[in-house]
Amino acid sequence: MNKTVNQKAWFFVLPVVILVAFNALIPLMTVVNYSMQETFGDNTFFWSGVRWFEQILQSDRFWASLGRQLFFTFTILFIEVPLGVAIALTMPKKGPWVSVCLVLMALPLLIPWNVVGAMWNIFALPDIGLLGKLLNSIGFDYNYTRQTGDAWFTLILMDVWHWTSLVVLLAYAGLVSIPDAYYQAARIDGASNWKIFRFIQLPKMKRVLTIAILLRFMDSFNIYTEPVVLTGGGPGNATTLLSIDLVKIALGQFDLGPAAAMSLIYFLIILLTSWIFYTLMMRNEEQ
Amino acid sequence: MAKITLNDLRHSYMPNPQSPADYALKRLDLEWRDGGAYALLGPSGCGKTTLLNIISGLLIPSHGQVLFGEQDVTRLPTDARNIAQVFQFPVVYDTMSVYDNLAFPLRNRGVPEAQVDKRVRTIAEMTDLTGMLRQRASGLTADGKQKISLGRGLVRENVNAIMFDEPLTVIDPHLKWLLRSKLKELHQKLGTTMIYVTHDQTEALTFADQVVVMKDGEVVQSGTPVELFEKPHHTFVGHFIGSPGMNIIPCQVSGGQVHVADHKIAVGNAAKLGSRNGMFELGVRPEFTSFAAAGLPVKVAKVTDTGRNRIVDTRLGNLSIKLLVENDAVIPSEGAHLAFDPGHSQVYDNGWLAE
Amino acid sequence: MTLELKNVAKRVGADMHIYPTDLRFERGSFNVLLGTTLAGKTTMMQLMAGIQKPTGGEIWFDGKDVTRTPVQKRNVSVVYQQFINYPNFTVYENIASPLRVAKLPESEIKARVGKFADLLRLTPMLGRKPSELSGGQQQRTAMARALVKDADLVLLDEPLANLDFKLREELREELPRLFHDRDCIVVYATTEPTEALLFGGNTAAMQEGRVTQFGPTGEIYRRPQDLTTARVFSEPPMNVAEVTKDGNQFSLDGVINWHATGNLTALPDGRYTFGIRPHHVTPAKPAGESVKVNGAVKVAELSGSESIIHFDMLGNPWVSLTAGIHPYSAGQKAELYMDVAHGFYFAADGKLIGM
Repeated sequence: MNKTVNQKAWFFVLPVVILVAFNALIPLMTVVNYSMQETFGDNTFFWSGVRWFEQILQSDRFWASLGRQLFFTFTILFIEVPLGVAIALTMPKKGPWVSVCLVLMALPLLIPWNVVGAMWNIFALPDIGLLGKLLNSIGFDYNYTRQTGDAWFTLILMDVWHWTSLVVLLAYAGLVSIPDAYYQAARIDGASNWKIFRFIQLPKMKRVLTIAILLRFMDSFNIYTEPVVLTGGGPGNATTLLSIDLVKIALGQFDLGPAAAMSLIYFLIILLTSWIFYTLMMRNEEQ
Repeated sequence: MAKITLNDLRHSYMPNPQSPADYALKRLDLEWRDGGAYALLGPSGCGKTTLLNIISGLLIPSHGQVLFGEQDVTRLPTDARNIAQVFQFPVVYDTMSVYDNLAFPLRNRGVPEAQVDKRVRTIAEMTDLTGMLRQRASGLTADGKQKISLGRGLVRENVNAIMFDEPLTVIDPHLKWLLRSKLKELHQKLGTTMIYVTHDQTEALTFADQVVVMKDGEVVQSGTPVELFEKPHHTFVGHFIGSPGMNIIPCQVSGGQVHVADHKIAVGNAAKLGSRNGMFELGVRPEFTSFAAAGLPVKVAKVTDTGRNRIVDTRLGNLSIKLLVENDAVIPSEGAHLAFDPGHSQVYDNGWLAE
Repeated sequence: MTLELKNVAKRVGADMHIYPTDLRFERGSFNVLLGTTLAGKTTMMQLMAGIQKPTGGEIWFDGKDVTRTPVQKRNVSVVYQQFINYPNFTVYENIASPLRVAKLPESEIKARVGKFADLLRLTPMLGRKPSELSGGQQQRTAMARALVKDADLVLLDEPLANLDFKLREELREELPRLFHDRDCIVVYATTEPTEALLFGGNTAAMQEGRVTQFGPTGEIYRRPQDLTTARVFSEPPMNVAEVTKDGNQFSLDGVINWHATGNLTALPDGRYTFGIRPHHVTPAKPAGESVKVNGAVKVAELSGSESIIHFDMLGNPWVSLTAGIHPYSAGQKAELYMDVAHGFYFAADGKLIGM
């Protein structure tokens, strides 16, 4: 049913529009502005056009960071989405344990991100951290502060621990909305559990999974706090992801121009990838 | 294929039922022969869906037995019972084509592909889906999807029974007619036991050989459509079956005679009245009520045209008595009198047929 | 007070949801919009109410152009198919809600709510919430809420579709009574021809966004001006077949012939579509002229009081509806009689040209 058109409704939106404009649009415009100018930080600006963009796109440092970021994002997507769905499938749909499970799942999401980073920082310390000590005692030579592989392992483990719950909760919501009749019909049709998953649960979860993947993609691409607190980007720059690199350039070196240009490129990458992904998923559905 | 027996079946959704009101299904004993067409008819909440789910295995009864032939299947899960069920709302596998949807139950049981193909095509023809076999199931209209659901229920050969849970709810009236008669045709062709749950008496009466009328978790009467129509055992059945339902008229019984407003009425079960004395109810259907030169005096309140005949609503004081007349019959405007067919007039005692 | 639709149309994208339509409803009239699910009934009602704006034409109410007036400014109430009530209000509050919006004094609200609760038999339930009521009671609450507003235009969009068969019957009888002594214009959408007939009043037959005919219900039923209207207004579906007129004879495939009588003799020779309603094709010979018809029975549905016989009429699927029990087995040859005096003849363009 169509809604009635009523011009007065716009006034309700006005306060939010002003807030968003102040907090997001104006800074965005400022960044675009900076990306095309050169400054020495003393408020004098010289037009430089697309020079910064060229510089960034030709810099090895940028491509290295981007590479690391892509590796990170795709690895965690690869782990978190199937794991999240699997956990959601095992959660009860009805009964007293539902609330308990939901609360347990929600807990990791409630922890402030820098605390998460700090927790894992200590947890994984090779000499006094529970995880670190355990791994070393089993026989692994584990030190995430010194070894690149271990640093990546810890980073990914931390992210999976932190964020899989989001996928679980979203997938669970999708599962719970499937009417019982589908399961009953499938049982009558003699379908195995795998077939039920493939032909009923997965298609019905498609929408929520799209949202889950989209959210995880964007968030992980933007990730800053947890890796910074965990490894500081190290050892060396082994775990310097895009946003960490960006901050180093912008704040560390006060190179506003290149930093701004890099943010914009960053922004455009996320926008493009999300759009492609979303269109593919939605087009599939329309067929 | 098997005879279905329900022994002392009772069901409560509560863990510790105390009173009869806690039971969704009160005591039931039924026996259905192999290959029959049965209907469970009753208003919402009468327990018909509960009963259906117990027979199909989606629900385990809190008390009693379900037998297929000689085998006790009460605790057997659905897939072990070899039955099929069609639900109220279309259940289709969106990602598959119509063909694959129909083939699904057979493929799951390892039927060889050649046989699957033959069977799918047979069923597709019976349900008018042949032209759409290659289409994606999600693209069909509601009735198309329901036909797929129906087809999936029919595609397996040698099932013990096929259950239908109000399957025509989402279908348009025009298509309802066609699908209904199609179902009956299918039953005659396939010969499988079919159990059909509905609140729509037309669906129940036209489809089934035997109708079980239910109310509040109990079976009120079980019989052929003709039996239920001509001799309802309870005023509820009389009211529920027939459109319009049976006329229930308060009457005075004494010494084996029946009077309504001082008029003597001849009834079919006069011999069974025994020593009853006092106010009872006279039940007679509008189909067996007619205008006469002399009889119960009534006022004509309203005439409704149904297209093929007319329903006349007459008043005896505050009581409404209905009758059916032909399209071209004359309806008296003043001084109307009603006569009742004695063979189809019965006295009811506390709702039940006086016997 | 009249509601007039002048050339009203609704186009969405490239599709015409409603083709240019002229309609006129008088005060105090009960009008039925009859058509299948996607005929456009809901869109039409939303246009009348002002919930949707027409893309063409004008809507005039009581001599004033209200096309651009939003629905809140019009005096309209709507009852929907799904029982729509405020879930957190009691029945009393639900019914009182439009009166509170209109800021009526409390004493007046109490009086009016009491009156309509009584009319719809909801008085014992005034303190309950909708979730504690049965389907029928919820729908009656929605109706009370629609009526208490005393709107000029009351729209009912298939309000009985989600109710049990028997409940539908009861509410159908109550509805005309509710609107009996009011001035408002009632528009009722339904897919069932039987409902239209039972209500009487006027009917607008709709198909695919077009109103094919509008007028007093009985008249539309007896004189459908085209094949589409005849089909829409027939339950069971109308029997149709192609006939050829040659001189004074109508012939169906050369096998079944009958004489043309009355004005039919004046029709030019050629092919026509012949339509006859199922209750005019019977196993018993009717009084007066009839034509014998033979067909192989596909299935006979016996509903206790009636028999519905599906048979093959020279390749056309025909239905015979008759009172009484006529059991036929599948494949049996049936001898039926067609009362051709009640037949319709449609030209190639679908228009009625003779009956």
